[in-house]
Amino acid sequence: MRRPTPRADDLALLFLGLAALCAAGFVVAFALAVPHRTQLLGVALGLAFAFLAAACVVFDRRLLDTSEREELYPEPHVEEQEAVAEIVEEAGSGITRRRLLTMGGGVAAGSLGLALLAPALSLGRLFDTTPLLETPWRRGRRLVDGAGRPLRAADIERDAFYTAFPEGADRETLAAPVVVVRLDPASVRLPPERRGWAPQGILAYSKICTHAGCAIALYRKPTDPAIEPAPAFVCPCHYSTFDPATGGTVIFGPAGRPLPQLPLTIDRSGVLCAAGTFSGPVGPSWWGVRIWKARSR
Amino acid sequence: MRRAAVIVAAAAALAFPPATGAEPPRAGIVIPSTKPGTPLLQLGYQLYAGNCSSCHGSLGEGVAPRGRAAGSGDVRAAGPPLRGVGALAADFYLRTGYMPLATPQTQPRRTRVLFSARELAALVAYVASLGNGPAIPQPRPGSVAGGQRLFTEHCAGCHQVVAQGGYLTGAVAPPLAPDSATQIAEAVRIGPYLMPRFSERTISNRQLDSIVAYVRAVDRAPNPGGWGIGRLGPVPEGIVAWLIAGVALAGCCLVFGRRRAAR
Repeated sequence: MRRPTPRADDLALLFLGLAALCAAGFVVAFALAVPHRTQLLGVALGLAFAFLAAACVVFDRRLLDTSEREELYPEPHVEEQEAVAEIVEEAGSGITRRRLLTMGGGVAAGSLGLALLAPALSLGRLFDTTPLLETPWRRGRRLVDGAGRPLRAADIERDAFYTAFPEGADRETLAAPVVVVRLDPASVRLPPERRGWAPQGILAYSKICTHAGCAIALYRKPTDPAIEPAPAFVCPCHYSTFDPATGGTVIFGPAGRPLPQLPLTIDRSGVLCAAGTFSGPVGPSWWGVRIWKARSR
Repeated sequence: MRRAAVIVAAAAALAFPPATGAEPPRAGIVIPSTKPGTPLLQLGYQLYAGNCSSCHGSLGEGVAPRGRAAGSGDVRAAGPPLRGVGALAADFYLRTGYMPLATPQTQPRRTRVLFSARELAALVAYVASLGNGPAIPQPRPGSVAGGQRLFTEHCAGCHQVVAQGGYLTGAVAPPLAPDSATQIAEAVRIGPYLMPRFSERTISNRQLDSIVAYVRAVDRAPNPGGWGIGRLGPVPEGIVAWLIAGVALAGCCLVFGRRRAAR
């Protein structure tokens, strides 16, 4: 049984306003590439919810009138009734406390909603997809290892796996890193249009998982191929598993499309070179990814 | 009368179990009865014939799988050839307890080693004599910092950056804490089960020393905060944070919430 506390509505309004400000701050931090963005986003969203909760607590404890009237209504006075009617009419033309609170709640909820919708912008590009399709790989570009040394075909051993980069190109782009393995040429079963993509059974695939864009850091190979599972790339994030023998097809996990394959040739000095660009767009899938083809930058 | 005798015998067996040493009996392997002073290679041959030849062939030529198991409990022998694997592989698989393996299709896991020290030496010598193979590596002191860089590049994908192990589809990458320095070096060169094999061209012996130094050092690394939470990074830490946050939220509900007044 509580009666509303005077001035509590100001406090509730203040909390609602702060919640709206924090939510707006989240949107701003999301739009700008500010340092420590992740931490700022967390703090802003956390504070927005905390202020909203505080406003709810104030509303519940101080503003909601739960007292029950037990005395009988007094006899009606004609003059008093007229005065009350006048006050109510005047109040209706301005902004009442109740309406102010409702508006405050609406603003807070609206900006929080905007803040929650803002990350949807990261889902991908709808119109200009060119940057997602460009790769630094083109015919004749040599493969180099992490130290920048050209990768020779003779250096690629069975049962091991190697990470390679395009020679003389930015390594930080999504399409740069590839994984290279050597399989028994008899076990390679590529689609017919990829004939000649795997000289001596050496295959190269994008190192970026087509599901969420993690680097594929796991390679499993059987010690005894007769009784153990076949070679496969495994993404450490969600265990998408790709078969290098059949063109990077998904054999397990959430990835929706095969790992893009890089056609290889061996140049006269025995160094591995790209024979073109990837079989498909590199990186996590986005809407319409299957319509497009990867292209050399 | 006979029944009573059986009951008495059973009670006696329960009351006076057969005297055992500290170790439980060595069940599951064949120990040939050899005279003391049997040459090491001869003992190794006998042990190999009894424990290994069904899957690896009587001359280490390997056994190809033939047909599927006929049902639960049926084991079809199959295994890779051992010619040329050398003392290195035999030493690793036997001293980790990976071999002998109950069923050939399963991943070998670390188990209690059932062979005695002399029997192990005999088996390793015999497998090494099957063909020309690498000797047991002897890791030397290496650079922990360099080892961390190499471990991150080559090993952490599966074994996780502080060597706590992890999972792949179809296999388990074991934690490396129980491994000796020699066993770590051996595993890198073998690639047991589904692990890739790293030759000296990919990881030199000097680099391998550093990797071993890092794995041994990270095992003794302190846990800041006093609680390792598996040292697996954000996922278990997040779960712990959620548990704490969940309790705090429930506390807030208790403080601020109120029940409807009972009528």
